[in-house]
Amino acid sequence: MTLTVNNLSVDHGAIRALNEISFTVAPGQIAAVIGANGAGKTTLLRTLSGLTHATTGQATWEGKDILGKKPENLVRSGIAHVSEGKSVIAELSVKDNLALGGIWRKDKKDVALATQEVLELFPRLQERLGQSADTLSGGERQMLAIARALISRPGLLLLDEPSLGLAPLVVAQIFQTLSQLRERLGFTLVLVEQNAMSALKIADIGIIINLGRLVASGKASDLSNDPALRAAYLGY
Amino acid sequence: MLAFISTLLIGITVGAIYSLMALSLVLVWRSTRVINFAQAGQAIFSTYVAYEVIQRTGNFILGMAAAVVVGALLGALVEVLLMRTLFKRIHSGAVAAVAPVIATLGLLGVIRASVGLIWGNDGHRFDAPVSTQAFSMGNTVIPFSRFNLLVIATAALVMIVFTVIFQKTSLGLSLRASAFAPEIARLSGIRVGSIRTIGWAFAGATGAVAGVLISPNDSLTPNSLDLLLIFGFVSAVIGGLDSLIGAVVGGLVLGIGKALILAYLGSSLDYPTAFVVLAIVLIVRPGGIFSMKRGRNA
Ligand SMILES: Nc1ncnc2c1ncn2[C@@H]1O[C@H](COP(=O)(O)OP(=O)(O)OP(=O)(O)O)[C@@H](O)[C@H]1O
Ligand SMILES: [Mg+2]
Repeated sequence: MTLTVNNLSVDHGAIRALNEISFTVAPGQIAAVIGANGAGKTTLLRTLSGLTHATTGQATWEGKDILGKKPENLVRSGIAHVSEGKSVIAELSVKDNLALGGIWRKDKKDVALATQEVLELFPRLQERLGQSADTLSGGERQMLAIARALISRPGLLLLDEPSLGLAPLVVAQIFQTLSQLRERLGFTLVLVEQNAMSALKIADIGIIINLGRLVASGKASDLSNDPALRAAYLGY
Repeated sequence: MLAFISTLLIGITVGAIYSLMALSLVLVWRSTRVINFAQAGQAIFSTYVAYEVIQRTGNFILGMAAAVVVGALLGALVEVLLMRTLFKRIHSGAVAAVAPVIATLGLLGVIRASVGLIWGNDGHRFDAPVSTQAFSMGNTVIPFSRFNLLVIATAALVMIVFTVIFQKTSLGLSLRASAFAPEIARLSGIRVGSIRTIGWAFAGATGAVAGVLISPNDSLTPNSLDLLLIFGFVSAVIGGLDSLIGAVVGGLVLGIGKALILAYLGSSLDYPTAFVVLAIVLIVRPGGIFSMKRGRNA
């Protein structure tokens, strides 16, 4: 259940979005990936979930290579990706969006159980099951996207800016929920965030990228106490 | 009053067939963003297969079943062989938007020519399975036959089957998710490529049903479904192009609208009437009747 990334480089045409990035996330850890706009955070997650092709380097999950595999296969090995921004299908009902989380799974009993669990976790979704997802508020959509990922019972959860456009209180709630879920379900979480302070608070390790390069990585508390990093990258 | 009801019934019958053709175009548009002009060719080929089976067995249902199977296979084949190859080679730019459509036009020509080579360009005929005689009540005749009834019932059956598949099954959810958000669908473990092929197969089967329903007692030639393609396309646009229900409603609006205009405003021209209906609908609702209403975005 370990995620390792080794000398990973990714190009978008002529742009090198990630340049020889390496890090390891131990089982059950929360890793916060921090960096300014355009740092390459989204590219990193998209590469790990199979949406984007790597140029060079390796990445393994549970000891198996993940680069070059398709997203529809990686999700079957436990990697769930909640992508940046519009991560629910607006044209579908809340119920159908949730159903997507378990659509590939054979164990339908456990899908039903997992669905029950996330609905208890996010009661607002329960009240809105029949509504189309485009009627949801930003926070509710983010809950829905996370709920869908949880129904797939991920071993590795990749979250891209779950706080995007949300009020500070809602962000705090979502982060707290994530932290509790990790305790209970034991998944490994890679959390991409602009919101460095809140992310490092719940994270075990931090990974700071700038313009595609790894600037620093290590214990989250060490990073957030480093005055130089704070001034240059963490913004507080 | 009776005349009005008759007009309505005729409108619904032709409208039901337009709806089927519109459905087959919308199914492809939703999954691939391509207007499949080759659909007229796929449907005419399937209809000739039905003709052949009906000639040999005298069984209309068997002919219909064969057409549906061949139509579905042909649809899947076009997607796998033509569309995938095209999309693999061209990714963006103006050519990428136009090339697939031109390819389907080219394919239409190829299929029509092949049909001409196999069956000749002269008209063929096969009979309707039930009477096409108008019903009469006393001495008033309603220009509506058992066969008209069968057409409406068959179209309704197809729509019910689609409704169940799309709303109640996980295949349906996969089809909808892949159409609206292919990336989220893939992240949900859906094999979007295979699902798209299934969409094309459904479209091919639906087009085949339309072709077989519109052809009895008429002359079957390699070009005889061209007008149906245009009316199906107009219906799909009336319905908003993206909506399955829209396709059905669009077909009925066009069928009934045309029947009313022909009966009351009088026109000897079938073809322009369709565009009059299209123009009226688009003036009232520029996005089509079932255009996606965007809800909140934030
Ligand atoms: N599909 C693409 N084609 C070309 N360039 C791209 C593409 N996707 C990303 N890039 C470029 O790669 C770099 C990294 O982008 P990425 O989206 O990974 O950044 P990010 O850290 O997620 O930024 P943000 O915080 O704004 O979301 C940027 O310079 C971006 O312009
Ligand atoms: Mg990003």
